[in-house]
Amino acid sequence: MKLLTCKEATSLVSQGLDRRLGVLERVSLRLHLLVCDGCSRVARQLPFLRKALRQLADHDH
Amino acid sequence: MAEDFKTQVEKLRPYLLRYAQLQLRSAEAAEDAVQEALVAALAGASGFAGRSNLRTWLTGILKHKIIDLIRKASREQTVDSDEAWEAAFDGNDHWRAFPAEWDDPDRSLEQKQFFAALEMCLEGLPAKTARAFLMREHMGLETDEICKELGITSTHCWVLLYRARMALRRCLEINWFGKSAS
Repeated sequence: MKLLTCKEATSLVSQGLDRRLGVLERVSLRLHLLVCDGCSRVARQLPFLRKALRQLADHDH
Repeated sequence: MAEDFKTQVEKLRPYLLRYAQLQLRSAEAAEDAVQEALVAALAGASGFAGRSNLRTWLTGILKHKIIDLIRKASREQTVDSDEAWEAAFDGNDHWRAFPAEWDDPDRSLEQKQFFAALEMCLEGLPAKTARAFLMREHMGLETDEICKELGITSTHCWVLLYRARMALRRCLEINWFGKSAS
């Protein structure tokens, strides 16, 4: 199994919010996240963006 | 009783305008969408019959009107540039600007200024990227619906969503999380 670059890993993190990832994709992503702090942060931040966007219309300023 | 319904609907107009404006990025187009949605809502008031939350029901009608407008607009397509987003990675696709840890992001959701920063960052996205992203995350549409409305493949759609998320996280990191941490 080939190792993911950070760009590929974050792209999978993003796609995981839009479609169900395949088994191989999930395994290689998990392996990458185990050793990469940067991508792990992004993996927490992207779902947060979704949460923020869902609340955006409630805020007037 | 009909009068009462109308008043309640009118009260929600500012919320609906704001919702439409975020998605359409034009005050004029937002007015059109909300106006059409409210006309449709008042005509179909019996369809509501208190079954669901009024705001949810109206937002549902508005979404259809917004999609109609987007469909019309996407016939004049533009090509978005990649550059701002590509700068996150070096030639080997590894981080150039290593992502920072965000300090207690949920607390930001209680702050008005956070949403102002978020909106500013959204405005910096290329038009088509922003449109796809907002359809997904703001209106909560599925990717296949977005592809259909924008006339793009699902692979292209995932790329647009990826770019939008990465550009937005970088923008917030610089303009919000970087500042509040210091």
